[in-house]
Amino acid sequence: MSTTEAEIGRARRRKEDARLITGRTQWTDNIQLPGMLHVAFLRSPMAHARIIRVDVSAAKGQPGVVAVFSGQDFGDEQGSLPCAWPVTEDIVIPDHPPMATSTVRYVGEAVACVIATDRYKAADALDAIEIDYEPLPAVLDMNEALAEGATPVHEGGNKSFTWKFGTGDAEAAFRDAPVVIERTYVQQRLIPSAMEPRAVVAQTDGDSFIVHSATQIPHILRVMLAATTGIPEHKIRVIAPDVGGGFGSKLQVTAEEVLTLLISKRLGRPVKWTESRSEGNLTVHHGRDQIQRISLAASADGVLRGVKVDLLADMGAYLMLVTPGIPLLGAFMYTGVYKMDAYDFTCTGVFTTKMPTDAYRGAGRPEATYAIERAMDELAHEIGVDPLEIRRRNWIKHEEFPYATAGGLTYDSGNYEAATDRAMALFGYDKLRAEQADRRDRNDPVQLGIGVSTYTEMCGLAPSRVLGSLRYAAGGWEHATIRMLPTGKVEVVTGTSPHGQGHETAWSQIVADSLGVPFDDVAVLHGDTASSPRGMDTYGSRSLVVGGIAVLQACEKVKENAKQVAAHLLECAPEDLEFTDGAFRVRGTEAAKTIQEIALATFAAHDLPEGFEPQLDAGSTFDPEAFSFPHGTHLCAIEVDTETGESKIRSYVAVDDIGNVINPLIVEGQVHGGIAQGIAQALYEEAVYDSDGNLLTTTMADYLIPSAADLPDFTTARTVTPATSNPLGVKGVGEAGTIASTPAVVNALVDALSPYGIRDVAMPCTPERVWRAIQGGTS
Amino acid sequence: MIPASFEYVRPSTVEEAAQILRNAAGDDVKLLAGGQSLLPLLRLRLAYPAALIDLGRIDELRGVRDEADHVFIAAMTTHDEVVKSAVVQEQCPLVALATAQVADPAVRHRGTFGGSMAHADPAGDLPAVALALDMEFTILSAEGTRTLPASEFFVDYLETALGPGEILLGAKVPKLGAGWGFHYEKFHRTAQAWAIVGVAAAVKRENGTISEGRVALTNMGSTPVRAFSVERRLPGVPVADGNGELREAASTAANDTEPPTDLHARPDYRRHLAVVLTERAVRKAAA
Repeated sequence: MSTTEAEIGRARRRKEDARLITGRTQWTDNIQLPGMLHVAFLRSPMAHARIIRVDVSAAKGQPGVVAVFSGQDFGDEQGSLPCAWPVTEDIVIPDHPPMATSTVRYVGEAVACVIATDRYKAADALDAIEIDYEPLPAVLDMNEALAEGATPVHEGGNKSFTWKFGTGDAEAAFRDAPVVIERTYVQQRLIPSAMEPRAVVAQTDGDSFIVHSATQIPHILRVMLAATTGIPEHKIRVIAPDVGGGFGSKLQVTAEEVLTLLISKRLGRPVKWTESRSEGNLTVHHGRDQIQRISLAASADGVLRGVKVDLLADMGAYLMLVTPGIPLLGAFMYTGVYKMDAYDFTCTGVFTTKMPTDAYRGAGRPEATYAIERAMDELAHEIGVDPLEIRRRNWIKHEEFPYATAGGLTYDSGNYEAATDRAMALFGYDKLRAEQADRRDRNDPVQLGIGVSTYTEMCGLAPSRVLGSLRYAAGGWEHATIRMLPTGKVEVVTGTSPHGQGHETAWSQIVADSLGVPFDDVAVLHGDTASSPRGMDTYGSRSLVVGGIAVLQACEKVKENAKQVAAHLLECAPEDLEFTDGAFRVRGTEAAKTIQEIALATFAAHDLPEGFEPQLDAGSTFDPEAFSFPHGTHLCAIEVDTETGESKIRSYVAVDDIGNVINPLIVEGQVHGGIAQGIAQALYEEAVYDSDGNLLTTTMADYLIPSAADLPDFTTARTVTPATSNPLGVKGVGEAGTIASTPAVVNALVDALSPYGIRDVAMPCTPERVWRAIQGGTS
Repeated sequence: MIPASFEYVRPSTVEEAAQILRNAAGDDVKLLAGGQSLLPLLRLRLAYPAALIDLGRIDELRGVRDEADHVFIAAMTTHDEVVKSAVVQEQCPLVALATAQVADPAVRHRGTFGGSMAHADPAGDLPAVALALDMEFTILSAEGTRTLPASEFFVDYLETALGPGEILLGAKVPKLGAGWGFHYEKFHRTAQAWAIVGVAAAVKRENGTISEGRVALTNMGSTPVRAFSVERRLPGVPVADGNGELREAASTAANDTEPPTDLHARPDYRRHLAVVLTERAVRKAAA
């Protein structure tokens, strides 16, 4: 047994925070290189138009301008931005030039660029570029896009693919079902809004290239830049320095990354591009934007027989890196925590003349969870039981795990009863129900609503063979290397690419426990394909569940190496050694060698076992066998001022089961931020295009993001049902809050408005929408 | 985005600023106060002034003075300084109440009292307060100093009666004396967002009834609007509001308004809010 305090489970403050919070670090935009030029992009003001004429000659004469390029100037060299997830064999993947050459298909699409000696001069010269457009009709509504005679966004029409999935006999489940619930929900379009805008710096020595980018995926980006531009992979080094958030929006290979690289190649000089917030709202890929038709079939007492989902997913104008795969990540989650005989899912990807959609925190799973959790409330209402009762009648009981769901997954573990009981106790469920009844009786202008969300999700992307079966182009493994330095300090090289998650702290805790070294003796290197050549990067709550396991396994290999040296130095058999508190000890004696002593001895290499390579370092690549399945119960109490339509969350309880926890403080941060982001979808955020396809929400005055001042205190707690699919028993926590909270909030709001006959309010449930619903309900 | 280029000058006295302004006659010159509205306009390239005259280092344009029957708030006093001023809190608490609700702490540390007035955004919180309190603006023009009542200061959307060569020096806020109560009711979607509708209310109470009331509305037209029809109905309304007299009085709040439409609210909803919020503002002011 160890005598020192375990690092795993300790609420360590994050070691990376001081530099991140003060900004005294290498953000991409902080990078200054000698002779560096700045690029500004001219973007289409039209949602859909043919480019008739481009004249950049006047711009070339502007002060400080070094070069001006249009899409034609890069021709084939710029390639086509990659889509790595062709979800069906017959999927339509349109050509996607980084700068448009003949047709623009969304407002904000890059059409030309100015390269100048400073950022201001580059922006000034954009005005001098002349472009004639021949307008084409904007295509904004998915149903209209699919109708006969619709204006085609691409030559092949407006349907990209139809993807189907099912288990059991859905027709039989719905045939003669005593209760059938059919609802349509709209997942509004969202703008990810990472704190740090995108930025790229590309430099070259004439032969090879270094690309700094505020990206979540330096490793994938390197492969994709090579594939897109034809520059050989070994001539490209990608660095994601400190990155200020992503939420999936930096899981992308962007036009600006490809073009900044190509401009640097063309001019032979370093080039920087940093987007403005408004530019980002227009051209960072958007999230959500689905129309969900969900049907439940149930017995008279509300026991589910089957679920059918028919989904329209707005791809926007092009398919980007994983655009078509996003709805698939939700496809397996529409059955939620519930048992049923049959499930049927169809998704059609639709082209419109809007910014492409792609991964945004939760990526498919928040949409699925919203639909099933809203629909379960409708079922409860239909048969007249409490929303928690309907869930109890249908969820998988803790003794039934592992459980093969109708959604086609096998959930390894879970305890929905325990999480729900804990949440109800913290929430004061019965007392709030009593207050609600009282307010209804009194006809109080402020009504109270209670919302429930019993969610699960799939994390730990992903078993490579599963990704292969879904036609994704890459695998889902993760790599880590442990380097033992001569002085006994440790460097962890990780393939994960943190952009706010705190991997430097969490990985240090894992290493400290495994190797018995002090927490402060561990450094974590990441985000540079030169120092960390192998990795699949960070998204989908995968880093700990896949990358953390790779770190642990690499530590185990280091210990195996060190054990041989220790046995040699202690003149015993390796089997006689035990490893505690950072030292190999000969059982039953005082003889011991610390890991630091072994590191130094290995470095010196004066006296090592016969044939032993003088190094302890080891790498490990972990490919998970299965997904992990965090779950939990979130309860929301909301007050709705029926005179103004304003809603105010009064209390919010989140009980999450994410398995074992490495650092409770990091978990708390993820849960708080996640809940806030889910509340934002429920009540605040929406990307709005006008009828001409202009984005109206280009600033934060129009695209409203709630801050701490708008949010209640969250009561958070955990139950612990360890994952059985990995040795740490961890499940992932990056998206849970976002997935759970949106339906909890809207269920609460609808519950408050139930006396007015209201069963739905479109998201975001703004005061005006709530007020109009009440007007409609009472008049 | 990033602004187009402009000249920048930073005078240290009002006289120097006025001189620069007069010399620039004809050029598109803007006075820069706290920059919380102007700089975003520049960054979005919605404004292309040839030059900015930064008033930020002119000491005589800062501070709050207690002057007999009124309080003088100098134009470049920041919102934060206004909120924390004991004189403002004691003598014209409505100004403190409304200013404390302007945007967020960062904006309140930069943004200024006079800048908000001169920008004349009908969604800004302070113009309605100026109207409700009958503030008088002190303006430096070529001919000397002139004063203008708030009712004549706000001309149209983002437009005041300030001439091209004029500088707003500050405003006189009348002391209303005993018996008055105040409230600023702001309805907005997030803490930092502009008011969808705001209501500034000042109410004089005598013997359990309202004897006089002032009500002005934020974001219910191209300028702040005084709700005179409500004010006419307020005298005699009991403070305790036994029989819905206050609701009745507030019901006309949106009369003679032309509220805007935007992503957050359409006009009919704004009219409804004006009525509801006026009742609430007056009730809280009278409490």
